[in-house]
Amino acid sequence: MTPNSSISRRLTFLLACVAAVLSVLSWYMVTEFARQAAERTQDNILEAAATIIAEALRSEDGEVRLELPYSAFSMLGAISEDRVFYHVATGTETLTGNAPINANLTAPTTGQTALDTITYQAEPVRVASVTRVILNNQAPVPVTVSVGQTRNGVSLIANDLSRTAGIFSIAFFVLAVGLSAIVARTSLRQLKVIAEAVGRRGPSDLRPLRHPAPEELAPLMVALNSLIDRLARSLRQSEDFITEAAHRVRTPLATVRAQAEVALRRVESADEKQRMRQIIRAVDESSRSAGQLLDHATVAYRAENVPDNRVDLAFVAKVATDALQPTADMKDIDIGLRTEETVVLGDRVLLESALRNVLDNAVKYSPPETSVSVTVFKADGFGQITVSDHGPGLGTAPYDRYTNRFQRGENVGGTVGSGLGLTIAKDVVVAHRGTIELTDNEGSGTCVSLILPLA
Amino acid sequence: MRFVDFAIGLGLCLLGFSAHALEIEEQRSYAGSGPVVVRILSTADLAAFEPFITTFQAQHPEIGVDYTVSSSAEVYRAIQGGARYDVVISSAMDLQFKLANDGFAQTYSSELTDRLPSWARWRDLIFAFTSEPAVAVVSTELFAGLPLPKTRQELIAILRENPERFVGAIGTYDVRTSGLGYLFATQEARISDAYWRLSEVMGRLDPALYCCSGQMIDDVSEGRLALAYNVLGSYADQRLAEPGNGGMQIIEFDDFDNVMLRTAIIPKTVTAPQEAGLFIDTMLATGLRQNQDDWVLPPLAASNTQQLSFGPIRLGPTLLVYLDPLNRRAFLESWQDAVEQGL
Repeated sequence: MTPNSSISRRLTFLLACVAAVLSVLSWYMVTEFARQAAERTQDNILEAAATIIAEALRSEDGEVRLELPYSAFSMLGAISEDRVFYHVATGTETLTGNAPINANLTAPTTGQTALDTITYQAEPVRVASVTRVILNNQAPVPVTVSVGQTRNGVSLIANDLSRTAGIFSIAFFVLAVGLSAIVARTSLRQLKVIAEAVGRRGPSDLRPLRHPAPEELAPLMVALNSLIDRLARSLRQSEDFITEAAHRVRTPLATVRAQAEVALRRVESADEKQRMRQIIRAVDESSRSAGQLLDHATVAYRAENVPDNRVDLAFVAKVATDALQPTADMKDIDIGLRTEETVVLGDRVLLESALRNVLDNAVKYSPPETSVSVTVFKADGFGQITVSDHGPGLGTAPYDRYTNRFQRGENVGGTVGSGLGLTIAKDVVVAHRGTIELTDNEGSGTCVSLILPLA
Repeated sequence: MRFVDFAIGLGLCLLGFSAHALEIEEQRSYAGSGPVVVRILSTADLAAFEPFITTFQAQHPEIGVDYTVSSSAEVYRAIQGGARYDVVISSAMDLQFKLANDGFAQTYSSELTDRLPSWARWRDLIFAFTSEPAVAVVSTELFAGLPLPKTRQELIAILRENPERFVGAIGTYDVRTSGLGYLFATQEARISDAYWRLSEVMGRLDPALYCCSGQMIDDVSEGRLALAYNVLGSYADQRLAEPGNGGMQIIEFDDFDNVMLRTAIIPKTVTAPQEAGLFIDTMLATGLRQNQDDWVLPPLAASNTQQLSFGPIRLGPTLLVYLDPLNRRAFLESWQDAVEQGL
């Protein structure tokens, strides 16, 4: 088991090991019990046989007499086919018997039964002995009856049960392995659920995980949440920094622009006018970029918690169009606005900034004296804002590319841009559970659609 | 070396023979094409047993057979004394069992021993290959006018009512000398009280005592005896089938059967264990056949199909009971009291 292999497999393996140990243990125990039970049965029968024989002892004509009871031997022959030995001794003298199985036995005290295992003819023989005192010629004579039997029957029964127990143990093991696999998978399902919950999250979703977790996973959750928290904080710090920086840049830029315009009016040579215009353009561009960075930071910040406010997309379109009107006027671009009341749930500020960026792109990339149309309408449960221009279009690169940060189209030529516009729009739309679609405008130009679920 | 071995073996054999002075009734050697000989010690008459040897040699012509017949007590004593035989066959189940129980038998197992019913074997030491009931044989002539008894009770009544006809005309085993007679007598005494009553009645009629079934049957068929009690059914059947023996009838009693299993063991002293095993297999294959054909010794199935009684005498430690010297003495005392009343 390498450390990075599946926990489930490892858990199953460990549980299977436990099951194997338990199986072997239970098999051993059953075998042992079976053997003991079989041995005890034999012991009981031997004891009973010895007792029955001892009870048949009697004294007659000054002689100890014995007529071996048939039942004693019938009993011995009933449970197994074991060789039977018996020996009856009065004191040290042998009265009768077929084998000297009492040779090494100490005679039990009267009324007691002694059990012993001896080796006779190279075979283990279990022997039960009983001593009884017989009055013979007015003198008490102790008579010891020993009955022995080989242990084939015992091992036969024990082996039989052992085999059965073995089969059961194997079955138990197989069952346990199956159950282990199920248990391992079930207990790891929580982990999988959490992993999926984390995996399903959007790129900017940095809320702490609120998933119910088992006790054992709590430290992981805490660590994960603390990591997310730190990440979010550091992200917010950098966004804050960007906001701060954009603000700081924008204000002096505005001053520079105002001064440049004043200077433009003062200078007379065409050459200098041209240079001043270039300065103003550059300042505009910088200002715009700073605005976009600000927008982006705002979006990144606000998208984490989009409120469910009712927002009329028609109103959003109106505001954005009004904001862009001066820029459009400078290029003699006509912005056509067609709207109907389309209410979605979300953040008005975000939606405005999204549309403003899209519209800004459209105006920026459109040649002078063309038109840009903004349409707001409802379709199939979705509200849609479509911005179409007659600019250079998107070219052949995959559309996804334009919504990535700092990626710009192939046909932008000399136009200055940051590549943030569509990224902002996309982030906003995704935060509102909507989609963004980029298509080629019929003829020429680009058509950008922001599609949002209706309220 | 081989000569030395042989000499030692021969010496041991002679020693065994001389020490126990085996009383041989019959002996015959059947040469095989090879040097190996299976030495068999048996209680079965050669005439009855020869078909087994013929069958065996037909299957294994390379193995020679040496067949020695003796009484069951002699056979037991010889094996206990260490005589060297490869197969020991006896009708005295108790003595055979005692040999196996006391460690004088060698284990053997084969496909055929596995096929034996459980009552026809004890462990892998003793194997039964025939089942033969004890029957009564009566002389038709001397029994004329009397109803044939169906039970021992009826036999007792007939003997009591007609003492003049049966005095000196009854034959039975001398259980003191015949191992099989003793086995039949003890088993009968154990099963039914009728045995002692019958013995008393027979004892009053001055019975003739025999060592063997064959002679008893001879005397019945020749009109010297009116009744022979407890003779081997197989021998009686064979004699009845012979021409000119219409003068006797076989009675199988309805109250209970006393069925003896003829058994074989391989003694520990075996010198050709493989061949001995093959011979046992041949006997068992014959014993397991379903119909008797014209063999003298009936197959095991003969007793299996009989619904009456307790079935064959059980191979087991109970056979040791009456072999115990004290029990034997007590039984013989009772028997003598009953049978030898000295009219």
